[in-house]
Amino acid sequence: MTVTATRVFPEWRDKSLDDALLECRDLVESAEFETVARWRESGGMVAGLFQVYFPEEIVHAAGMLPFKMRGAPLEPDQADSHFGSYLCSILKTSLELVLSERVELDVFFSHPICDAARNLAAIWGRNYDHPSQIVYLPQNPNSAGSIDYLRHEYDRVRRVIERVSGRKIGDDDLRRSIDVFNENRRLMRELYEIKSETPWLVAAEDAYALVALAGMMPRQEHNEVLATLLPMIRERSTKPEDRIRLVFEGGFCEQPPFDLIRMLGRTSYVVDDDFLIGLRWITSDVPTEGDPLRNLAEAYVERSTYSPVQHDLRKPKEEMLLERIRQSRAEAAIIAAAKMCEPGLEEQVAYTHALDAAGISYFVSEFEENMSSFDQLELQLETFVENLLFA
Amino acid sequence: MNSDTAATDLVGRGNREGAALFRDWFEELNETAASGGQAAYVFVMGSINEILKSFDLPVVFPEINSLQTAVRRVSQEYLEEAEDHGYSPDICGYVKADVAVQLRGGEHPMGQIPPPALAVLTNACNTYIKWAEIWERMYGCPTFTIDVPGTREAGGQTWPGDSDFEADRKYVEVQLHELINVCQAVTGRKFDIDKFREVLTHANTMSRSWNRILELNRAKPALFSALTDGTIFLGVANGFRGTEAGARYFERLVEEMEYKAANGIGTAIEEKYRLLFVGVPCYPIFRRFNELFTDWGGTFVNSTYLWFASGGTNRGFEYDLQDPIASLAEGVLVSVRDAMDAMFHQNEVLVDMVEEFGADGVIYHPIKSCRTVSTGLADGRRYLTKERDIPTLFIESDMMDPRVVSEAQMKNRIDAFFEGLASRRRLAGTKG
Repeated sequence: MTVTATRVFPEWRDKSLDDALLECRDLVESAEFETVARWRESGGMVAGLFQVYFPEEIVHAAGMLPFKMRGAPLEPDQADSHFGSYLCSILKTSLELVLSERVELDVFFSHPICDAARNLAAIWGRNYDHPSQIVYLPQNPNSAGSIDYLRHEYDRVRRVIERVSGRKIGDDDLRRSIDVFNENRRLMRELYEIKSETPWLVAAEDAYALVALAGMMPRQEHNEVLATLLPMIRERSTKPEDRIRLVFEGGFCEQPPFDLIRMLGRTSYVVDDDFLIGLRWITSDVPTEGDPLRNLAEAYVERSTYSPVQHDLRKPKEEMLLERIRQSRAEAAIIAAAKMCEPGLEEQVAYTHALDAAGISYFVSEFEENMSSFDQLELQLETFVENLLFA
Repeated sequence: MNSDTAATDLVGRGNREGAALFRDWFEELNETAASGGQAAYVFVMGSINEILKSFDLPVVFPEINSLQTAVRRVSQEYLEEAEDHGYSPDICGYVKADVAVQLRGGEHPMGQIPPPALAVLTNACNTYIKWAEIWERMYGCPTFTIDVPGTREAGGQTWPGDSDFEADRKYVEVQLHELINVCQAVTGRKFDIDKFREVLTHANTMSRSWNRILELNRAKPALFSALTDGTIFLGVANGFRGTEAGARYFERLVEEMEYKAANGIGTAIEEKYRLLFVGVPCYPIFRRFNELFTDWGGTFVNSTYLWFASGGTNRGFEYDLQDPIASLAEGVLVSVRDAMDAMFHQNEVLVDMVEEFGADGVIYHPIKSCRTVSTGLADGRRYLTKERDIPTLFIESDMMDPRVVSEAQMKNRIDAFFEGLASRRRLAGTKG
């Protein structure tokens, strides 16, 4: 059996939809990332890719597992001493995953998404011998030089991955990986179409779990999960209920606790969101003809969604949010931010002012991946939703 | 000039002239605001003053404006005003103080700040980008990000001739050309390459001098406090980069420091302990913060702040006037990258700096407001203490917000640190 043919998540197979989704939720909720361990046991290598976006195709083309580092619901017992105060949780729990040996990496990449994340590669590098780098995604995508620059940066990443994996990455390898990821993007878009058009068919937490799986298993296997379960979801006979249609904004990096998403799903229909937006960053197929690295670079700059951590004059965030709300026909928005998340907290101000101007109701909240008590929040949210329902 | 006159004229001249230049600078901003003239908003880590000054644009450094509210002990009212506007208590205090300045129509303790006709920023700090977005929304002014790719991995800096370096340099150069076009559109003036060369000449003088001044402070006793005097020098280095006044100031500062070095003249205190400072000063109690160390005979002989807050001018990079824009691209890349390294990879240079500056201790001062500077300090400190047998102190507070500055608690820890230094020295004496 080759590494690329390895399957790391057999539990969902040959089960009813409800049981399969239960397996997916259990896997995503766990802080143990068993699929990564299984991948390693089969002889595979792992690239740890910190939030938000990374051109995973390059890692995939080398036969490595692109593992999305999105923190974890655990206490950073060992990582705490590597950080000071006033920092978001995801930094600490991501490092904790490797310090506690839950996850073993062969290479780590961070990005200049925020001031804290930029420090992470340096911290990693001081503690591990494997390469720990920043991928400098362009922060001036409006420059005429940004695509050429990014193409070169991706080539640099290719060279690093070749060195780590000991395997040459040819253009045809990249094209095959782009094909796999195009299929994945298509399936993810289909999932979000179900969320938007028939949100009663898929619970918020199930949809979240189906997306999150992408970051912790080979993408071909994730494609199999989605290709099998999405038709089953469409065939459900669940009836729509009188619920408010909500957009959740603020899940682009640190993830809200799974129970928070579950609670949102109990109260409303989450018809669109930015959970794990990096896994869905590119919004259409990446061409496979021509130079694959240039195609990936061009897609990042020209055919991508938005987040508070990318500045693009063509994509003012508040207008993009209003568009997301319009497209999904949402009636209100949850404007959340992870605690101590500078870009998220700053964007909240622009979002709320724009929503005020547009006359759209919103609920502002902060979260931390480790929070476990939601009684107060649930009460507030229920009151917010009831006010909208009975207005 | 006899030696007494020289000492009177020279010693302390940099501080006096720096303060005067500061007043001139804010007077210019006042006049610009009053006349409705144009001003560019820029940041200390890569101001690109070289281009802006060739268009005669007055420059506003919102970071400096903000820290001035803290030094003048009025930052809390500015912070609270921004928080009332919706900004979280957990974001950068510089941003919030500036938001309040803008909400007040430019009212600032040092004068009237003109609104931005243009904002230029680098990615040396991500918050710069979020900050500029606020002005975009408030004023609809053009903002231009000069994206400077930094060091990808500790020790992995590339240099001219390397294809990775050249790709980065080319990207920066394209952006500089684009910025020139934006400046032409905003000001209605043509870019003057000869004037640009003149500005670069002044910037070269300043870089050469700044590098020399930092080097001179290896003297024992140290010639200036990297924390207090250094902050004055930094203000001039930023506000007057590329100007004749700035170049002249730094030449005269070198003259002062060389005189002090030749005559063994240190700072105002008797130097007992030589310290390195890592982080950003505690501006809400700026003078007192320094005294907590000087009262024990502690002098800050160097700091990472003098590196990154000068945008990497400490490297002493000098532009090639034959090919000025390509050379500016290289200089910006090398210098801003160095500023970022002083924050993300500071542990490596500190190891050497401990030896070069004969340091007795290293003070880490991470702050709530700035994650760029602070996130890696705890881990960097672990690294340093493994590599060098040197005492370190880790104290957290803020550069802006007096609500998170506990002077009494800070004093207890600083006193204990110095007691430890004294006892270590006694022990070494006994053994020796």
